[in-house]
Amino acid sequence: MNLESKIPDGPIEEAWDKHRFKMKLVNPANKRKYNVIVVGSGLAGASASATMAELGYNVDCFCYQDSPRRAHSIAAQGGINAAKNYQNDGDSVFRLFYDTVKGGDFRAREGNVYRLSQLSVNIIDQAVGQGVPFAREYGGHLANRSFGGAQVSRTFYARGQTGQQLLLGAYSALSAQINAGKVKMHTRMEMLDLVIVDGRARGVITRNLVTGEIKSWVADAVVLATGGYGNVFYLSTNAKNCNVTSTFRAYKKGAGFANPCFTQIHPTCIPVKGDYQSKLTLMSESLRNDGRVWVPKKKGDTRSAKDIPEGERDYYLERRYPAFGNLVPRDVASRAAKKACDDGYGVGTTGYGVYLDFADAIKRLGRDAVADRYGNLFEMYQRITGDNPYEVPMQIYPASHYTMGGLWVDYNLESNIPGLFVIGEANFSDHGANRLGASALMQGLADGYFVVPYTIGNFLAKVDAGKGADTKHPEFKKAEEDVRGRINKLLSIKGSKTPDYFHRKLGKIVWDKVGMGRDEAGLDLLLEEIPKIRDEFWNDVKVVGDEKHLNQVLERAGRVADFLEFSEMLALDAKTRKESCGAHFRAESITDDGEAKRDDENFCHGAVWEYQGEGKKPIRHEEPYTFKYVPPSQRSYK
Amino acid sequence: MNLKVIVWRQKGPNDQGAFAEYDAKDISEHMSFLEMLDVLNEQIMEQGHEPIVFDHDCREGICGACGAVVNGVAHGPQSRTTLCQLHMREFSDGDTIAIEPWRARAFPVIRDLMVDRSSFDAIIQAGGYVTTRTGAPQDANALPIGKEIADQAFDAAACIGCGACVAACPNASAMLFTSAKVAHLGMLPQGQPERYKRVVDMVETMDEVGFGTCTNHGECASACPKGISLENIARMNRDLLTASFKNR
Repeated sequence: MNLESKIPDGPIEEAWDKHRFKMKLVNPANKRKYNVIVVGSGLAGASASATMAELGYNVDCFCYQDSPRRAHSIAAQGGINAAKNYQNDGDSVFRLFYDTVKGGDFRAREGNVYRLSQLSVNIIDQAVGQGVPFAREYGGHLANRSFGGAQVSRTFYARGQTGQQLLLGAYSALSAQINAGKVKMHTRMEMLDLVIVDGRARGVITRNLVTGEIKSWVADAVVLATGGYGNVFYLSTNAKNCNVTSTFRAYKKGAGFANPCFTQIHPTCIPVKGDYQSKLTLMSESLRNDGRVWVPKKKGDTRSAKDIPEGERDYYLERRYPAFGNLVPRDVASRAAKKACDDGYGVGTTGYGVYLDFADAIKRLGRDAVADRYGNLFEMYQRITGDNPYEVPMQIYPASHYTMGGLWVDYNLESNIPGLFVIGEANFSDHGANRLGASALMQGLADGYFVVPYTIGNFLAKVDAGKGADTKHPEFKKAEEDVRGRINKLLSIKGSKTPDYFHRKLGKIVWDKVGMGRDEAGLDLLLEEIPKIRDEFWNDVKVVGDEKHLNQVLERAGRVADFLEFSEMLALDAKTRKESCGAHFRAESITDDGEAKRDDENFCHGAVWEYQGEGKKPIRHEEPYTFKYVPPSQRSYK
Repeated sequence: MNLKVIVWRQKGPNDQGAFAEYDAKDISEHMSFLEMLDVLNEQIMEQGHEPIVFDHDCREGICGACGAVVNGVAHGPQSRTTLCQLHMREFSDGDTIAIEPWRARAFPVIRDLMVDRSSFDAIIQAGGYVTTRTGAPQDANALPIGKEIADQAFDAAACIGCGACVAACPNASAMLFTSAKVAHLGMLPQGQPERYKRVVDMVETMDEVGFGTCTNHGECASACPKGISLENIARMNRDLLTASFKNR
């Protein structure tokens, strides 16, 4: 597998400029001859579709939702980072780059991260130009806040709905191009396979979710912007229909899948209540700016929070990390909560929750000031739990939130399959082993607005528009047959258990063994259990309805089937990476005081998995990481 | 608690459709409304029948995918709450709950509670944007916008496009939805160059795709889970009137 990163030589500050100059251009009159497929319409997919269409390419954009505006980017709450230094507090492109490389625990490419930091400033300009209503100061300038452990205020936000406003901005740009006829939007369509002809990505197979029609689509290049795989845990903060199918199908067609074990667990979510639970809800990380995290000092203390006197409370983050306190990065905060609960100090009906207390903030700032900052979040919490956070502390627990792993891409965001580009959360590139708060929106939009529209031109300039394949090509016919065969197989089993049963069963054990903490014995057990659940699924799943009508059970079954295979690779990756780094915490690799311990000698690389066929163990490749600008150090938040 | 659930079942756009009655057993008050439907669907599937189809995705009240009329009220009894955020503690043991899809000519039923809202997308595509090329804008702070205006624009921009306003309106009008976007962009300096073209294009499309007219009932605003204000409709009408002079 060719894993050449294609990072330009020379000083990092000039790399992207030089690279842009070196890339081939497509003649403006020829751009309209090229067709590009974009799968996904979130921040990355919508921004890429709109921008490529503006340039003159013909774009077919697909999403499974009923409208591109509903992609899960919409749920991002907190904000978006940009090195604008509007606050004059010492921020710079280099500092954002430095923080991101370090925050990712030195498991990302310096070149990619530097470019991301450079482009961050353009995103804010772009969004404001579209009319995105960011928060402002009274003087009319943009407001910023500090977020997720950053020592500078570089986060731009729109109340607690930054993702929504940025996505609606990208959606508006997309809508303009749909109106202009340059983007054809295909809603309620699910990509079920990638088609490769003569070694190049040439198209996709989709299922129309309303009519059940299976159809081939051919293009000169394919862009996947299909998000992450957090739903492998069943319970996560992802939307219910988020899935791994597109990227996993591409992997099965030869695309390398990198670092699947890098999964982020968000520390502040509403805890699980019962077996019926369908998803978990995130409470913005910004709450930790004023909320204090604590558990009772006594194990199994069943008194209600207000009956526990100050002296009998353990503010464990402030105690263990005096410098950062409640604002330690996500991975550290999540593990500390897990430890408190595993040790028996947890609160709530299940014992898997910790308090996030605003009593001090209300005393210090007044109820109105707290309401001004967090009012909408408090309302949402009360709606879900029935508790009023102004009076009783919130209960929170970590949940799966974001996945740093994804399809391997080079500096051009092109996978190892020529003509297959992967952007946003779906690729593996920029966040390393741990993503910092407010960096996901930044990456999705940088990839979509400012990277792939350039780099795809460099690729297209080298190929003849529309030549070499059409939907009658045997590769398309074969892929269509495979998709149909799989659907028929799912329908023909007629077993006794619904797809959700298997998803819950898989999610539970995956969460237990390769969630926040991982060890050799647990991973071995997991690698034994997953194939058993998979076998049970393929023998006993019950998919009611048929394939010719709208059938949500069938949709679910296909996605669960992919998770049942994908999770094995996730476990394998976690087992092989015997170090702890960022969100990947191996119990065997810890410092004397219980923190994650990296092993740079053996694991300073991206692990890229290559599919070998049904039932065969994938081959693990390595892309070494080198650090010239940010020397690797042990992260410390003490 | 145990509930009687009466749901609209309709196989496809051309099927006539009818109500069906189910017993939902052992429903916890902590469940969300959609989790109650999940549990009911598992029970329906166990008996070998097809589950109730409904749109849903984020389940945290922001994507706008879910929505149904519950006991005659769009998104159910709790105000400013999407269906996914409605919890069963709002109901009592023994209650009967009637669930119907959004009913509007411009929202044809696809199946059961799922409707086709692509008419909303068509309205936005007609002009709900600021025409700007990627990479073209000036520095973000070169254009100061007063906090009050930014806040008001945000209030209008908070629309999630769920369609409850249309479902609640006796005329199935999309005025609140359309005006929210017109007002959001019309209040901001970025939106000025296209302001009077935008409002005309969007309103014309709104009429073309089959939404009804506005007769000031105000049901839309009370059904809106995001509290979008009727003021936006006034703003849009003002712009529309101005446009009739300006665009002549």
